[in-house]
Amino acid sequence: MAGGLTYTALDSTELSTAEIYGQTLVELGKEHPEIVGLTADLAGSTKIGVFGKAYPDRFFNVGIAEQNMFGVAAGMAKAGLVPFLSTFSVFASLRSADQLHTDICYQNVNAKIIATHSGTSFGQAGSTHHAICDLAVVRSMPNVTLICPADGVETAEAVVAAYENKGPYYIRINRGFDRVLYGKDYPREYKFEVGKAVEVNPGTDITVIACGSCVFQAYQAAKFLENADGLKVRVLDMHTIKPIDKEAILKAVQDTRRIITVEDHNVIGGLGSAVAEVMAEAGKGCAFTRLGIQDTFAPIGLHEDIMSNLGIDCNGIINAIREAMNKDFEEDDNWDDEV
Amino acid sequence: MPLSKSEWLALEKKAHELRNLCLDTTYWAGSAHIGGDMSVMDMMTVLYHKYLNIKVDDPNWEDRDRFILSKGHAGVAYAAVLVDKGFNDPEQLKTFNLSNSKMGIHLDSNKVVGVDASTGSLGHGLSIALGTALAARVLGKDYKTYCILGDGECDEGSNWEAAMSIAHFKATNVISFVDRNKCMIDGRTEDVMNLEPFVDKWKAFGFIVKEVDGHNLSELCDAIDFALNQNEAPVMIVANTIKGAGIDFMADDYHWHYGAIDEGKYQQAKESLEKYYKQRVARAEKEGV
Repeated sequence: MAGGLTYTALDSTELSTAEIYGQTLVELGKEHPEIVGLTADLAGSTKIGVFGKAYPDRFFNVGIAEQNMFGVAAGMAKAGLVPFLSTFSVFASLRSADQLHTDICYQNVNAKIIATHSGTSFGQAGSTHHAICDLAVVRSMPNVTLICPADGVETAEAVVAAYENKGPYYIRINRGFDRVLYGKDYPREYKFEVGKAVEVNPGTDITVIACGSCVFQAYQAAKFLENADGLKVRVLDMHTIKPIDKEAILKAVQDTRRIITVEDHNVIGGLGSAVAEVMAEAGKGCAFTRLGIQDTFAPIGLHEDIMSNLGIDCNGIINAIREAMNKDFEEDDNWDDEV
Repeated sequence: MPLSKSEWLALEKKAHELRNLCLDTTYWAGSAHIGGDMSVMDMMTVLYHKYLNIKVDDPNWEDRDRFILSKGHAGVAYAAVLVDKGFNDPEQLKTFNLSNSKMGIHLDSNKVVGVDASTGSLGHGLSIALGTALAARVLGKDYKTYCILGDGECDEGSNWEAAMSIAHFKATNVISFVDRNKCMIDGRTEDVMNLEPFVDKWKAFGFIVKEVDGHNLSELCDAIDFALNQNEAPVMIVANTIKGAGIDFMADDYHWHYGAIDEGKYQQAKESLEKYYKQRVARAEKEGV
């Protein structure tokens, strides 16, 4: 990692995901004077404000003006700076979509959008503040790398990767604390690489492909079902939505023939769609379920309650796995006899 | 310092050549935003031939002045200026708008040498200009950023976000223009969406406004010289112009926001540009010092 940054379980239990982002950016900023920070009156909420406190001459709060912020960032990047922009995901992807599309992605500038309060993580604020379309919107813009980290540790990794790699990055992270996945209790070696899914749990019966806070929930579901039903559930942390890890998806299809995707986002256009596209283009049919927001506006409430309501928490994933296991689906390796 | 007569005449000659190249390109391309190309050409001429500190042999020189054409649909004017300056192969103008050409209606900064920003979606340029200007501040550089907006473009709210922040950050290293030709696609600006009191709007947003005849090169240069010496507030130069300036059958007619030119119209336009140049030279001779 750049500058020898390391993050531990301690960090991710004491700090919210966004706070880890802020701290990571401050540390990157120490060694890289070309990094600048921008926000649109959300310095405190998105935690980019700590960068502003550390480097006031390299921090610009443009007020509640997201379109301007994205254009300014494009100009800064064109002039050799590496701007990190933070606002809520719903605004980053929609309010300034034209500037993101044209100024950032079309010009292919080296700007990094760290969009917070993603999915339904700002649950009580209601649908005006839920980001249920951002993966779909941003994924369809050329040149951008799109990442949805599972927890604070992965957020730090993603932020560093965004700095280390040229081009537009859009990283969506949650408001508040995420359940720690890659903490001290995580039993496997963890390595983050852009575009490479992490196999969080090995399995051969079914694969759950998840992103963001749903990865932890999927992991809990897998552990439960191993004990309760004797199922071996593969869980993939598909942190990079674009470019998506086709190899991991097709290997999962080949190995398990049952796929469930889980995301805190509309099932249209996000992770589930991206996985479906890979499978369909490969000509590999299998039992397939997309968990997420079922093309509706989510209710108001605590994030965990909304996740439960949407069926994208541990219990919802368990139910979906059991249902998928009961689906009649050809399990042999011979694809030739299928249409 | 006032523009000397000899410099004024030299700039008039260049502006005339560029108007002709712009017309030629429009003819080769079949059609273009010729009206707004002609209204903005004098501003671009003085910038590229008197003010911009740029290097043709090092187009990405990091200390260069930046130029952001926020009214990106004036791509034919921009292309003509950049080709004439030597940044791009003149042959590219003959393939303007054709399939697989590097040059289309709105110039792509990743394809056309010398273009500082890919514009075309309106209301973006002023923010990008502020970005390059703030970058100069962070990087300790003293280059300037020049930005030209269209007047119809000022309907876009994002311009006013940018305006507010340019004044807030006292980004006096951004020097902005509005090409106030009073026309847009659907009609005259005041009929489609009232902009007036336009100068007062910019003043209210914290700008010092210089209102000039956008086809008087001396007035344009005076305004830019003034802007370059302001340290407290940014300057907006509201350049009153004529859509289709120099081409009699287009002048001040919003229908020529975008249009096609056939052989007959091309010849007529060429003759009109010659007459226009003579009038312009006469004025420079009379008013130049």
